[in-house]
Amino acid sequence: MTVFTKMLSGAAMGLALAVTSGAAFAETPPNMLVIANRIDDITTLDPAESFEFAGSDVSRNIYQKLVNFDPANLDGGYQPEVAESWTVSDDGKTITFTIRDGLTFHSGNPVTAEDVEFSLQRAVILNKTPSFILTQFGFTADNAADTIKADGNTVTIVTDQPYATSFVLNCLTATIGGIVDKKTVMANEVDGDMGNEWLKTNSAGSGAYKLSSWKPNESVTLTSNPDFYLGAPAMKRVIVRHVQESASQRLLLERGDIDIARDLNPEDVKGAMAADDIRIHDEMRGRLMYISMNQKHPELSKPEVRQAIKHLIDYEGMQNSFLNGQYVIHQNFLPKTFLGAVDENPFDLNVAKAKELLAAAGVDGLELEVGVRESQDRIEIAQSMQNTFAQAGIKLNITVGTAKQVLGRYRARELDVYLGAWGPDYPDPHTNAGTFAYNPDNSDAANATGLLAWRNSWDTGGLTDVVGKTVIENDRAVRAKLYGEIQATFRDTSPFAVMFQKIEQAGVRDNVQNLNLGGATTAVSYWPVTK
Amino acid sequence: MAATDTQTKGRVRAPLAPWLKGTATTLLSICVTMLGLLFVTFIIGRVMPIDPVLAIVGERASQSTYDAVFLELGLDKPLLVQFGYYIWDVLHGDFGDSLLNARPVSEDIARVFPATMELATLGVLVGIFLGVPLGVIAAVRRGSWIDQIARVVALVGYSMPIFWLGLMGLLVFYGILGWVGGPGRLDIFYEDIVPARTGMILIDAALARDWDVFRNAFSHIVLPASLLGYYSLAYISRMTRSFMLEQLSSEYVTTARVKGLSERQVIWGHAFKNIRVQLITVIALSYANLLEGSVLTEIIFSWPGIGSYITTALLSADMNAVLGGTVVVGLIFICLNIFSDLLYRVFDPRSK
Repeated sequence: MTVFTKMLSGAAMGLALAVTSGAAFAETPPNMLVIANRIDDITTLDPAESFEFAGSDVSRNIYQKLVNFDPANLDGGYQPEVAESWTVSDDGKTITFTIRDGLTFHSGNPVTAEDVEFSLQRAVILNKTPSFILTQFGFTADNAADTIKADGNTVTIVTDQPYATSFVLNCLTATIGGIVDKKTVMANEVDGDMGNEWLKTNSAGSGAYKLSSWKPNESVTLTSNPDFYLGAPAMKRVIVRHVQESASQRLLLERGDIDIARDLNPEDVKGAMAADDIRIHDEMRGRLMYISMNQKHPELSKPEVRQAIKHLIDYEGMQNSFLNGQYVIHQNFLPKTFLGAVDENPFDLNVAKAKELLAAAGVDGLELEVGVRESQDRIEIAQSMQNTFAQAGIKLNITVGTAKQVLGRYRARELDVYLGAWGPDYPDPHTNAGTFAYNPDNSDAANATGLLAWRNSWDTGGLTDVVGKTVIENDRAVRAKLYGEIQATFRDTSPFAVMFQKIEQAGVRDNVQNLNLGGATTAVSYWPVTK
Repeated sequence: MAATDTQTKGRVRAPLAPWLKGTATTLLSICVTMLGLLFVTFIIGRVMPIDPVLAIVGERASQSTYDAVFLELGLDKPLLVQFGYYIWDVLHGDFGDSLLNARPVSEDIARVFPATMELATLGVLVGIFLGVPLGVIAAVRRGSWIDQIARVVALVGYSMPIFWLGLMGLLVFYGILGWVGGPGRLDIFYEDIVPARTGMILIDAALARDWDVFRNAFSHIVLPASLLGYYSLAYISRMTRSFMLEQLSSEYVTTARVKGLSERQVIWGHAFKNIRVQLITVIALSYANLLEGSVLTEIIFSWPGIGSYITTALLSADMNAVLGGTVVVGLIFICLNIFSDLLYRVFDPRSK
């Protein structure tokens, strides 16, 4: 469906639903949770390879990790899970985990230190997209056997630098930290792939649920693990159905054929609020919406121009109109609820000030191209910017395109301005600091396409060093303070205008309790849910 | 005797040679068509502005990961070489794995095509059983209120956006009245109950004699099938009307009436008989269009069919899946063409 047809269908449905009432006629069984979601981004369910939102939701409920987030206390940070406890060596490079007794995989095999060693080594050796989350600690395929070792019921990891323990442990809560059943996985190994092909569509975990089936673009079905160490989940089956249309999700929810609708657009959220037995569950997620300015552009490299552009964005207008309820103003690269997150939003729409700054920079009649991927909210943001930029004499040409067109040019440092979204890879502040404010080599030859600072040709000045030091700061309070300082400098000097943070609004039937979508730090948890 | 033998052999060979020639020509044209279709799709897939590597590794992959996958997919090789490898694999029955979900494309297609086939077949049946009589009556009673209704029905069918009509249908018949099932092929509770022998749930449920599942599946399919049927009906009824009007104004029809034949015999026994060949073409085309998959209908009704499968694959640069789907769609058209040819021979002796 094109953006146009989506808007038209949404409007038509919204209008029709507004003048009618959809009473609930059915109800899902009390021990079954049925969710409508877009799950067409799932490409694999192997925790060493999975790196998409819907895949993380599945993985979090299947695989345990050494440390993990408690859905009842996300603010408390990581908690012991497969690791009962851990110690850190004096030089800060070695962490030794003691493995909890009595855990079992879905196969019935016990969870051992050897499984933990295998899982982490495997993720490093397979070298799939998310492997950087582990390899950034100096683990390589060659040294994995020496740096990740099991001994009895302990596992020791040795990093190349004395990183902050919180940084290492936060990374281990990511999907790639999932512990797999070595015996089961290796029994399905083909051509030395360490079970990768098999694990793409099967599961070998010890979490609250096991995978019953995954039908791509259709559904994921999970069955509860009665031996889960926190007790058998109340929901015996969890079924996530791929329902692409927001209007269809709302109808299913209002009829009682599903319990949760996770992709409602603002019109359907408003409509669902008015329905009986349905509530809207809001959760702040980690996704940020930002624009960035290429520092190869002679005018955009002027500090006054960057500041002017940050004052030419109608943050409030957008938040209160087409982004209503879905995004909240946030002008810092660390999402709210992250360690070191700050809540300062100094920029607002101020055309007069922007004009002054442009005049001070000697800029008149600027014409820029903004690259936007085809997505309704991003296009609307670009259109709003086009309007407000014009008020200060800047002509903004919008180029809408696919990933290859827009992202390819962004990664090749060719776009003047890029409008995009960024979500954290793992729940540690370094995930964003290490890409927005870190760029050790700004040359074209460095080809550091994974770093947003590099993509915008921004030499971060002293920030790269500060980010490097902060990630090895072990005092949590000092580390948080340092991130606050980095963000203050970043707001003033960087070519990024972070604008909004995502709020997920899920429609939930009233009888569903204890739902946690994972906040900004992790994914959804099904095991605490009751009805 | 020798002469007789020779004559007998000659008689045997004479009809065989054209038959063989005809079959060989048909097979050759199928091969050339399929090869051309695959080549065009393959080239379009390579030049379209979607990067299959980025689709796999994601936005934030390092350049080294990107390069590794680029090589793994063989994208460093010349286009013709890549195409050659692909054709070689296809000839060995291997459509490759989906780049995105790592499953064999043939398995994916075996899963999604029956869903489309079930929907399209019911849809085209609705179109035939309502559209043909409507078209005939509209032609016979040209200018009457029935003709006007048929025109309005066709006009609405042609002009109403399918996503709008689909959403309205869902809202009214599922959301408000509760007469039909919602999006999806079955209610959650009925899924995976009957073994998937054909992949078409109505047939599988009937084979398993599980009438609860059958009823539930029917309640889910009736709305999207009626919707597709309505669009077929609009096309079939207009074409039927047009064909019939041409026949009814022919001299042989006047002659038949002058001879005193009943109006029923004139219409169904003479005029309608002569439009059957044209109608077969119209119906075959209509059916083929539905079998390609109606993407919007599949999206609105969360129907996991081949239309949304190919579209999703295309947007995700999953070229193995796109090419596999293209082969299926190509085969559908070829099969329906052959089937239409056979029916021509049945209904029109001249084409023998």
